[in-house]
Amino acid sequence: MTARDTELSSRDPVREAPLLAAAWAVFRKDVRSELRTRYALNAVILFAASTVVALSLGMGPLTASRNADLPIIQAGLLWIAILFAAFTGLARAFVQEEEARNAAALRLAARPAAVFLGKLLFNLALLLLLVALTTVLFVIMLRVQVGNPMMLAAILLAGSLGLVAATTLIAAIIARASVKGALFAVLSFPLLAPLLVVAIQGSAAALLGRGWEYGVGPLQVLAGYTIALVVASLFLFNSVWEP
Amino acid sequence: MTNTIRLELNDVAVEYGARRVLAGVTFDLRAGETLVVAGANGSGKSSLLRVICGLQRPARGTVTIRIGSATYGPSEALQALGWVAPDLQLYRELTAIENLAFFAVVRGLRHRQEDLEALLDEVGLGGRGGDLLAAYSSGMAQRLRYAYALLHNPPVLVLDEPTVTFDERGVALVERVIARQREHGITVIATNDPREERFGDYVLRLG
Repeated sequence: MTARDTELSSRDPVREAPLLAAAWAVFRKDVRSELRTRYALNAVILFAASTVVALSLGMGPLTASRNADLPIIQAGLLWIAILFAAFTGLARAFVQEEEARNAAALRLAARPAAVFLGKLLFNLALLLLLVALTTVLFVIMLRVQVGNPMMLAAILLAGSLGLVAATTLIAAIIARASVKGALFAVLSFPLLAPLLVVAIQGSAAALLGRGWEYGVGPLQVLAGYTIALVVASLFLFNSVWEP
Repeated sequence: MTNTIRLELNDVAVEYGARRVLAGVTFDLRAGETLVVAGANGSGKSSLLRVICGLQRPARGTVTIRIGSATYGPSEALQALGWVAPDLQLYRELTAIENLAFFAVVRGLRHRQEDLEALLDEVGLGGRGGDLLAAYSSGMAQRLRYAYALLHNPPVLVLDEPTVTFDERGVALVERVIARQREHGITVIATNDPREERFGDYVLRLG
């Protein structure tokens, strides 16, 4: 028996790595891979930037003097830009594993819950980057006035959590399909429709500068939505991930 | 401990749609034994190995790993299985050391950089651990597959075309790995190279 054996070997065939440590390792591996390959990052950033620029060029500044319904339109446009940019990037975490044929190595080494949580964290990091970029560009290029910036940030964060919770499991489902892009959008939209309605209404209230009493309701709905979907995903992921 | 490990296949069948590629495969291996699965391309060798590893569901039958008095299905006993195959792809955008460190953490193994370097040394990749896998030749990538499979010193080692892409020194590595595995575990090898049948205590011919 070599020194390596004593350090690395495991004689317990069902001993599992601590869940959070393994999930964090999956997240770090995905971040490192993404920074080196830019599969998702480039697509997401380009899509977000080009959408906002196109809106800016087509519509000009969306100032309050133009329309009384402006905040809801602004919030709708912002979430549509976020949603479509997210569609281009959030499926990559699982699709990349399947296309590069790394999934078998991961299946043999990691417990499914760790894989799911690691991918969820990676998608969340990617989406928060996307949301920050899109929102900043949106506010600057369309000259949007934000009445309650903290509430807008809270709604965007809660909406992002919900969006990631809904799409990560779907990304795992479509990763082995032949028409991944279309299937991802088709399966995601029914799940995301209620989230979008609430997030748009909450964001509109924040843009209008309303108080937190108008934000608490949407935030509660978004938090409940996220918790329900993460719990359901953790239960369902085994049957999606295992052959 | 070593003589309490068993790998049992009972009436395993594999189908792709209406086409049955394997039917009624049954065997029972104990620690120290090596089985060579031989057959032509398409005879179901790789499918059988994937079923043993839990990477593919059999159409019928069961795979059981017994360790002591406990029994496990393949997907319950990840730490018991090591797999080397042409299908096995590690992360090309990571270095060899980063690959091994990642898999060590997700397997829950304590590891130090020196341990991983020692493992790379064992498979003939000493000094190349900092290179991206994308820069590896096919033979070097195959050596890294062995490092991945041996990382947790598994009691059941499953080798699909074990010497593919290897030069003479690579073949010597395979011989060493199989000899070492005999000391504590079970080895299952799939091959269509008659020279590799010498590794086995038993030969199962398919097709």
